[in-house]
Amino acid sequence: MAARDPYEVLGLKPGATDKEIRAAYRKLAKKHHPDLNPGNRQAEEHFKEISAANELLSDADKRARFDRGEIDASGQERPERAFYRQHAEGQQGRRYPPGADGGFGATFDEAEIGDIFADLFRRGQGGGGAGRAGPNMRMRGRDHSYTLAVEFLDAVNGATRRLALPDGKHLDVRVPAGIEDGQVLRLKAQGEPGMNGGPAGDALIEIRIIPHPFFRRDGSDIRLEVPVTLAEAVLGGKITVPTPSGNVSVTVPRHSDTGAQLRLRGKGVSAHAGKPAGDAYVTLKVVLGTVDPELERFLQDRVAPPAANPRRMMTGDA
Amino acid sequence: MITIDILCRTVSGLQPDEVEQWVGNAWLHAEGAPGHYRFRAIDAARVRLIHELRHDMGIDDEALPVVLSLVDQLYAARRQMHRLRRAVEEAAPDEVRQAILGVLAGSLK
Repeated sequence: MAARDPYEVLGLKPGATDKEIRAAYRKLAKKHHPDLNPGNRQAEEHFKEISAANELLSDADKRARFDRGEIDASGQERPERAFYRQHAEGQQGRRYPPGADGGFGATFDEAEIGDIFADLFRRGQGGGGAGRAGPNMRMRGRDHSYTLAVEFLDAVNGATRRLALPDGKHLDVRVPAGIEDGQVLRLKAQGEPGMNGGPAGDALIEIRIIPHPFFRRDGSDIRLEVPVTLAEAVLGGKITVPTPSGNVSVTVPRHSDTGAQLRLRGKGVSAHAGKPAGDAYVTLKVVLGTVDPELERFLQDRVAPPAANPRRMMTGDA
Repeated sequence: MITIDILCRTVSGLQPDEVEQWVGNAWLHAEGAPGHYRFRAIDAARVRLIHELRHDMGIDDEALPVVLSLVDQLYAARRQMHRLRRAVEEAAPDEVRQAILGVLAGSLK
C-alpha cells in the first residue's frame, strides 16, 4: 500500500516549519497513541503512519530528499514493535496494578471480585426492578403472565372480557371466536414498562375455558344431547333445541330412537382463523317422564308380544 | 530479560540514568539491584510508552504519574472485562450468551 503524503498525514503544508511539524505530531500522537486507546484497533495503524511522517519530516536530510522527490513516503516503516497495550491486557499486565505508583488510590486486588463483577452478580440475583442494569441501559420490560377464565360460549363465539390486574388496573381482552383451552394471547406492550426508553414487555394471557352444562366442544363442532318424549320419538315433529348461537327449531323424524343424531349445519363454533363455521350435532335421548295413564293402559291391554327384546344380545334370550 | 544498556539501544534518545530514575519513582518495575537492573518485555514496552509520553506528547514529570495511574486503571478494567468475557464464554449456556448479546445490542440504540 502506498504511504500517504507525510505533510497530509500531519495536516501540514509543504513549507511547514520544524516547530509546526513538532506541534502537529505531538497533538496527533496524544490523540492516537495505541497504548492510550487500547479499545481502538485502528489506533496502531494510525499512530504508525503519524510516527513515520514525523520521522521523515523531522530529519532535515530525509525531508529535503523527499521534497526533491528522491524518496517517497514509504520505506520509512519503523521496525515492528510491541506496544505496551499488548502486554498490559494479558496476565503479565498485573505487574502494574492501579494505585501502585505515587500512592494513588487504595490497595486494589484484581483477583478479588472487582466492581464490574460485583455489579453483574447483584443484577443476577433476580431482585428485578431498579438497579437491574446500568443506569443508562435501555432494557425491554418483562412479560407479565395472567390466566383468564372464559365462559364456554364466549370462547365459541368470541367476546371482550375484562381482566383485573393485581395492581388494581384492568385490561380489556378481546377473546377471539374459536379459542381453545390453554391457548395464550399476547397483548403487546401491556407488560412491565421498559427502562430508560426501552420497549414495554407483553402481557401473556392463558385462556381457561369453563365447561358448559350441555354443550361439548369437538374441534369446530359442538355436540349436545337433547331429551325427547316417547311421543316425539315415535311420531316425530318439530322441537326447539339450543345452539351456541341461540335456539333453533329442528324436525325429529318419525321413529327416532335414543342415539339418533341430527346435524345442524353451521351451528357449531363460529368461523375463525380461516376455518369455516362448525356444525352442531344433536343426539336424541328418549325419556319417559311422567307416564300417561292412557299409555299404561294401552300397554297392559295389548295382546301381541313386544316386537323385539332390546337386551337379547346381552342376555342370550330370544 | 534485558539489561538497561540493551533497552536504551532499542529506544532512540533514551538515557540509562532516566530509566534508573523512573524505577526509583516506581513508574517502572525492574528485577535486581540498582545498577544491575533486568527488564521483562512488559517493562521494555512501558519504558517506550513513558519515553513517548514525555518526549513526543509533552507530558511533564508532574503530570506523568497521573497519566500512568489512569493508564493502569484503564488496563486493569480491560483485564477484568476480558476475564468476565471468558467466564461468560465458559460458563454461560448458549441462550444466556444470546440474551446478553441482545441486551448489549439494544443498549446501543
